[in-house]
Amino acid sequence: MYRYDEFDAQFVRERVAQFRFQVERRLDGQLTEDEFKPLRLMNGLYLQLHAYMLRIAVPYGTLSARQLRRLAHIARKYDKGYGHFTTRQNIQFNWIKLVDVPDILAELADVEMHCLQTSGNCIRNVTADHFAGAAADEIEDPRPLAEIIRQWSTRHPEFSFLPRKFKIAVGASAHDRAALKFHDMAVEIVRNDAGETGYRVYAGGGMGRTPYVAHVVGEFVAREDILAFLEAVMRVYNQSGRRDNIYKARIKILVNALGIEETKKQVQREFEEIRAAGTLQLPKEELDRIDAYFAPPQFEALSDDEPHSLDPTFAHWLKQNVSKHRRPGYAIATISLKPIGGVPGDASDAQIDALADLMDEFGIAEIRVSHEQNLVLPHVRKKDLPAIHKRLKALGLATPNAGLVSDIIACPGLDYCDLANARSIPIAQDIATRFADLDRQHDIGELKIKISGCINACGHHHAGHIGILGVDKKGVEYYQLQLGGSGAEDASIGDIMGPGFTAQNIGPAVERVIDTYLKLRRDGERFLDTYRRVGMEPFKNMAYLEQMYAAH
Amino acid sequence: MAAPQPQVLTANRLRDGDVVYWNDGIWIEVFAKAQIFADKAGADAALAAAQAFVTDRIVVNPYLFPVREEEGRIRAVEEREIVRSEGPSVRRDLGKQATLESFDVSI
Amino acid sequence: MPLIKDGAFAEDAFVTVADDAALPTNGAIVSLARFRKEREALLARNAPLGVVLKPAESPEVLGEDVHRLSVIVFEFPVFRDGRAFSWARMLRERMKFDGEIRGAGHFLYDQIEFMKRTGFTAWDVPEGFTLELFNRALGEISNVYQPSADGKKTIGELRGGIAEARET
Repeated sequence: MYRYDEFDAQFVRERVAQFRFQVERRLDGQLTEDEFKPLRLMNGLYLQLHAYMLRIAVPYGTLSARQLRRLAHIARKYDKGYGHFTTRQNIQFNWIKLVDVPDILAELADVEMHCLQTSGNCIRNVTADHFAGAAADEIEDPRPLAEIIRQWSTRHPEFSFLPRKFKIAVGASAHDRAALKFHDMAVEIVRNDAGETGYRVYAGGGMGRTPYVAHVVGEFVAREDILAFLEAVMRVYNQSGRRDNIYKARIKILVNALGIEETKKQVQREFEEIRAAGTLQLPKEELDRIDAYFAPPQFEALSDDEPHSLDPTFAHWLKQNVSKHRRPGYAIATISLKPIGGVPGDASDAQIDALADLMDEFGIAEIRVSHEQNLVLPHVRKKDLPAIHKRLKALGLATPNAGLVSDIIACPGLDYCDLANARSIPIAQDIATRFADLDRQHDIGELKIKISGCINACGHHHAGHIGILGVDKKGVEYYQLQLGGSGAEDASIGDIMGPGFTAQNIGPAVERVIDTYLKLRRDGERFLDTYRRVGMEPFKNMAYLEQMYAAH
Repeated sequence: MAAPQPQVLTANRLRDGDVVYWNDGIWIEVFAKAQIFADKAGADAALAAAQAFVTDRIVVNPYLFPVREEEGRIRAVEEREIVRSEGPSVRRDLGKQATLESFDVSI
Repeated sequence: MPLIKDGAFAEDAFVTVADDAALPTNGAIVSLARFRKEREALLARNAPLGVVLKPAESPEVLGEDVHRLSVIVFEFPVFRDGRAFSWARMLRERMKFDGEIRGAGHFLYDQIEFMKRTGFTAWDVPEGFTLELFNRALGEISNVYQPSADGKKTIGELRGGIAEARET
């Protein structure tokens, strides 16, 4: 993974001092809250329902054991002993004091971490496929490019006061595990017919009040031109994105208003000028230098035999949470942070420390955060899987539900978030508990439920096979269902079913929706496939069944 | 004309972000002890007085929210304020609900 | 308002005039609307001229006239409106404007360095603002990751330089 050189290290140290000065000026009155707010947001510091929340950047979701230990330490020393892994591969702490933040930043800088640009109207954390470098189906590791984009976008003088936030993702596989098409901008590493590697650039995707699937704005951008192209897109957005209405300020609105042809035209004009100026060309030496950081670990020559264990639960976990690695004898292991009835995406300081120990013991140098709020061990020796499973079980981290109905994505919701209209975590807990039975979960198969507590859609509910949006109707929490969304390469926005359900009724409604799928499905169909084949009506009829009876 | 809904004045402490409530010119942590304003004039006057604490960098964003009486105690009308006064409903071991004396967890 | 230019407080050589006010004999800064309306007369004056632009006004509309202007002012109605950073770069990089680019209105101390990097050369600062603060704003972060209108060497270039030096 990337290691800071003296420039990066100096940068974060100076950044800590800069933020310390900003906090001083706030506390001594030189800055009002209105002036301080954009500064603290640029450092990922929100004022939430109970306290300040600090969001720490985890570039493309990659962490070392040393960094994990520091995060556990921060959870203990400055928070209440746990952290939350987010849908943008970051980690956030919920009980932070403003006065502690400069010290926290200093402690993070020691382990090459920071909180810069995890909030605010700037370019945010660059996310990437959480199986990067390990997946059997990737063209190349997307993270060197993600790192290049990260550096280019850090304190970019032209793009730090955008109309609104800007999220970039990078992928390198036909199987889109990074939800590229729901990002403001995304880069897909592709190969053309001549076998050359280049970049397909998407823009204008997004969730929120008005979800959109991104359009292709650059079909095949040459490697050395990618930053010039991205800068061109950013410039068009910064100049022309709406600033009169925060709900209409994302690039997705601009792309839709201009139309894709005009968007491409404006981008092309900027791109040609920037490329001609030559200052953003990536020299090969720099590309090679960064590539070297992401060289795969020294793989051993190992048998590719499936591992066995006397533990009967191992087979479930192997089947569900272990994915194919590009290298024989190795595997990718997903650590579920969705224990039945638990808070999705949360991990305690003890769990985080134990994972660091586990990594050291089994020689795994990196761990990943997925945007589905789970953790991933990318390079695991197959023969180590039984022992690792045993350790994870003892930690409560071995729930074999990756991608199943109880692997729910939920934003913090009204239990934590100042923006929320409804609670989301209890709904996730309720649904997971209803489907606790593992056999039932396997029978249902792949089913991605995503829950958001407000229209900002941090739970990505538009991309859920079943999406749930919490709303406030005259002071009562209601939950709207959406069906048929997908964040993968077959990106689609879920269709809204109809009126919302109360907190008590949403769980049963989801059960009836899933029962409908089980009745109607054909061989091999996932929930998503059946929905796409039969449409909303059968599901809608069953979901509102109780209401129909109640009305009589 | 219906009686005005009683209100409570709240804010967050600048330094630690903690939720606080107004009681006769001081900021306290326990919702149950917050001052209740039966009429708009009293509430508005307190909100105006609270601005000094903003200027003095004690609190940020003071605002009024509606409450009602239920079985002899005050309760926030909005779920959001209930959560703010107690802590996360999914972690009853955290926040005010877990640490403050004379705290009455809502059921 | 105090003006900082070339690293020091400077006398403002211009008067910013309202659309219906009389023009001064010396340097005048007018709105874009007024410039368009009275272009001939303004350019014919034997005195320096500047235009103040609002965030929605792209400098591109000035075309070649930009080279007859001594100063372009970007007025920040709120600090959140970051369009001027793109407009300043456009002036420098596309339009090759080499006059003064001045920031006015509601910008933050924390935006000063970004302004400099994108091509600003003068700042209308609040009363009481010091040179010490100004210099501090510019010096808080030593190095930059990306190229901009100021031509400052990026970390990437510095790395390359060090690598070269190590090889020789």
